[in-house]
Amino acid sequence: MNTVNDIFGKQLKILNIGLEQFADDLTSQGIPCIQLDWRPPAQGDPEAADLLSLLLE
Amino acid sequence: MVLKTVIRRGEYYDSGRLMIVTRTISKLEGIIDAAVQMGTALNKEALKRTGLLDKDSEGASVDDLMISMKGTGEGVESALVQLDALLNQSSSGLQDSEYRPKTIDSALKAEPGLNFAIISVPGRFAKNEAMKALQKGMHVLLFSDNVSIEEEKELKTFAVSHGLLLMGPDCGTAIINNVPLGFANKVRQGNIGVVGAAGTGMQEVMTLIHKHGAGISQAIGTGGRDLSVTIGGAMMLQGLKALNSDKNTDIIVVISKPPAPEVSDKILQFIKDECRKTIVVNFVGGGRPESIEACGAISASTLEEAALRASELAGHANGAPRMAEEDLDRIARDEAKRLNAGQKYLRGLYSGGTLCYESMLIVRDFVGDVYSNTPLNKQMKLLDSAAPCKHTCLDLGDDEFTAGRAHPMLDTTLREQLFEHEASDPNVAVILLDIVIGYGSHSDPAGVFADLVRKHKENARREGRHLIVISSVCGTEEDPQNSLTQERKLQETGVIVMPSNAAAARLAGKIVSYANSEERRL
Amino acid sequence: MNREEANQEVLKRLQDSEPWLVGIGRAIDVIPGMKKNLLLHAGPPIEWVEMCGPMQGAVIGALIYEGLAKDEEEARKLAASGAIGFEPNHEHQAVGPMAGITSPSMPVYILHNKKYGNYAYINLNEGLGKVLRFGAFSPEVIDRLKWMERVLGPVLKAAIEQSGGMDWKALVTQALQMGDDCHNRNRAATALFAKQMGQHLCKTGFSDDDISSVFAFINGNEHFALNITMGMCKSIADAAHNVEGSTIVTAMARNGVDFGIRVSGLGDRWFVAPANTPKGLYFPGFSEADSNPDLGDSTITETIGIGGFAMATAPALVSFVGGNYKDAVKFTLEMYEITGTENKNFKIPALDFRGTATGVDLVKVLETGSVPRINTGIAHKNPGVGQIGAGLVTAPMECFKKAARYMVEQKQNRKQNASA
Repeated sequence: MNTVNDIFGKQLKILNIGLEQFADDLTSQGIPCIQLDWRPPAQGDPEAADLLSLLLE
Repeated sequence: MVLKTVIRRGEYYDSGRLMIVTRTISKLEGIIDAAVQMGTALNKEALKRTGLLDKDSEGASVDDLMISMKGTGEGVESALVQLDALLNQSSSGLQDSEYRPKTIDSALKAEPGLNFAIISVPGRFAKNEAMKALQKGMHVLLFSDNVSIEEEKELKTFAVSHGLLLMGPDCGTAIINNVPLGFANKVRQGNIGVVGAAGTGMQEVMTLIHKHGAGISQAIGTGGRDLSVTIGGAMMLQGLKALNSDKNTDIIVVISKPPAPEVSDKILQFIKDECRKTIVVNFVGGGRPESIEACGAISASTLEEAALRASELAGHANGAPRMAEEDLDRIARDEAKRLNAGQKYLRGLYSGGTLCYESMLIVRDFVGDVYSNTPLNKQMKLLDSAAPCKHTCLDLGDDEFTAGRAHPMLDTTLREQLFEHEASDPNVAVILLDIVIGYGSHSDPAGVFADLVRKHKENARREGRHLIVISSVCGTEEDPQNSLTQERKLQETGVIVMPSNAAAARLAGKIVSYANSEERRL
Repeated sequence: MNREEANQEVLKRLQDSEPWLVGIGRAIDVIPGMKKNLLLHAGPPIEWVEMCGPMQGAVIGALIYEGLAKDEEEARKLAASGAIGFEPNHEHQAVGPMAGITSPSMPVYILHNKKYGNYAYINLNEGLGKVLRFGAFSPEVIDRLKWMERVLGPVLKAAIEQSGGMDWKALVTQALQMGDDCHNRNRAATALFAKQMGQHLCKTGFSDDDISSVFAFINGNEHFALNITMGMCKSIADAAHNVEGSTIVTAMARNGVDFGIRVSGLGDRWFVAPANTPKGLYFPGFSEADSNPDLGDSTITETIGIGGFAMATAPALVSFVGGNYKDAVKFTLEMYEITGTENKNFKIPALDFRGTATGVDLVKVLETGSVPRINTGIAHKNPGVGQIGAGLVTAPMECFKKAARYMVEQKQNRKQNASA
């Protein structure tokens, strides 16, 4: 079984989803980080987001 | 002179970016004032206050981007042209040439070894992203708030059964493998592990530990609601288990506001039955010390004390200066004497929620319960959070102040406005200001407030008042802002800089209690 | 089949189709449902009165070419009278570039998807400048159309039949690796056609002058191969259409007013929204104010994974559309986010021979908020002026939302019927 301890001591490879400053801070310290170009699903349109979840059922 | 509003539907930009764009546009030629923000009620109120609201921005929805500008006709047109470039400009030039993946799946295609996700998207989208990340085997720092408790439970249940961390929701701080994540400080690596449900509480404890000369192995945030009955301390237990098994951790510090009693019991039971390491527990302002000690743990009543106890256990307790009680008294009396008769009240303007909470607890011993937007005593809840009354401590990081805008640790605008307001109030004696630095925070909060303090202390002096401003800097000299530089900037303008949040609150409490008692003597 | 399985089937058909150019025929003889008074047009259904300038111009030209009207005035009256039918090319197993008007007497290429048995048809590309597809209808345009009917069509037909047909997918695969995107840049494909067909064109038995004029025409028309490629794409997309439960897009088309899509699992229904206006570079003297909204069936190329989805393979094209190479790579990479697979045949050398993004998935479009990005020519909004520039345009998100709404309704109806 995996445990949380598995990540201790390992190189963190980080994906940042949201506020860019978090990625910038990590990059400035030389920590590998990818910034996701995140958009709200369905361009933030709540109707389309609902459709999406219904489609994916 | 023209006021122009452009509404862009369904466009998403993060609050940090919008803050920078607002600032840049406001400084353009021909622009008197500008704001580029999401259409939340809070932001519309801010527009109203600054005279930028019109019927277009009034009608904006939460998902719309409001671009409001006041200036000359040419200035406004020119600014609009530059707007797109600013909005889409990559903050670090390097990234511009790199393709940025749009989904977790395509990110994993580009970098299959991803093992950690930091998620700070708007709350209603956060759960799906967090679940996807967990399903792909990533640990998650969930910074987003406005995630429902049911969603939290679902996420944490999955995380626990898969040996993963789900730190959040509403968790801003963690340090894993000495990497500061979210709003966190650069601290020495060492053998003290921290697990906490209180972000700035963790920051305060960790930076004080650093000042003592000790260090941090891992700092695991659990999110503020983890110790509720529904969640039952799921991530707190997950974190405790992990630190308990970690060969690099000898001492564990637990920080949280008082948990629900049954959850508190569960945690303490675990500590008693399973923990082989020394545990220091600070249930800020709550938790019966006897029950904590009965489980073999050490009880600390303040964040400052928790840091001290842990550092002592680690063999370091020399760094952080502790002021002698008589010195504190002396300073308090001297300051209180300089107040004029009308100055009676204390106003705390906090960017850190736990720091605000701790201060209110400490100040209560001196002047009783204070008003707040997040009061200790329900009856002391302010009707209008932006209108302090008598003794008030405000938590500006609370949801009602942060909807659709960047956190006050990063965006000082609102706190600056409030400071100016409080500093001009003739009934105010003391203003408490926490200065939290580190990654994620404003690049120079002390500099921003030092200017304001200088200006307002001068105004006060001219009006026959003595304005007292007390601060503590939560950070280390290794933070980008450098705590030593920050402290110096504040001291130079007459701010009383205290070595910890607790000390600052104690001094403030003493001053206003002297001030009010002297009044009675007159 | 569930959505995953259905999509896998569609993606398979998009890639293992075997589209061959097998001949040329008269539209009325070979196009299913073609009639004397019927004109086919690009994009989703549209009536005469709603048509944009270039399309109306092309209709006028077609009616004059067919001998049904003698001049513009008569043609306009006839078009408005109700005596002429207007239907999408797509609904007749056909496609057409820009205005895309296909009329009964026009010679059309015949594409045969040998793997799945279906056919597709498309008229012959007239060249650049003042041409019918941009709405021109001057005597010179009509004369050229007549020449194409009398000479070009028959010569090509003879050569193609003699050769036994051309494996067009193999040709496009090569052209993509020679700097073509096969939508806005077709020079390599055109050259390959001439190279492969030369030996057959010479032995068609037509006069030296006629054969020479055909070669000269091909040489002067850098987009000659586009139409054949479009026919190929249509034959591939049609084979992948009508797989129940699939969310993969099998048609994208514009009529100069609206942009329409069709989805494999949603039958022949069009999901339509106002077309966007391309943004790019304009020829001297023209600007965005002169431009017509997006027009043409040529987005059938992106539909099967070439054209704009292969932008990174056509560097010469990029500056023409007003971008730089890095942008081209970024736009190309973005398309992988919204498609189901990477094409087994169509490879992009500049991306380490990565297969092109193939099979736009409705679900991924909604999830990511990214829409298909297309390179296109820009037409003047007035009939007969011609191409005024080239640029980039995106498919409207509303089309995908509409498709999703419909799909959800269908799902819910089925559930209700099942429990009834």
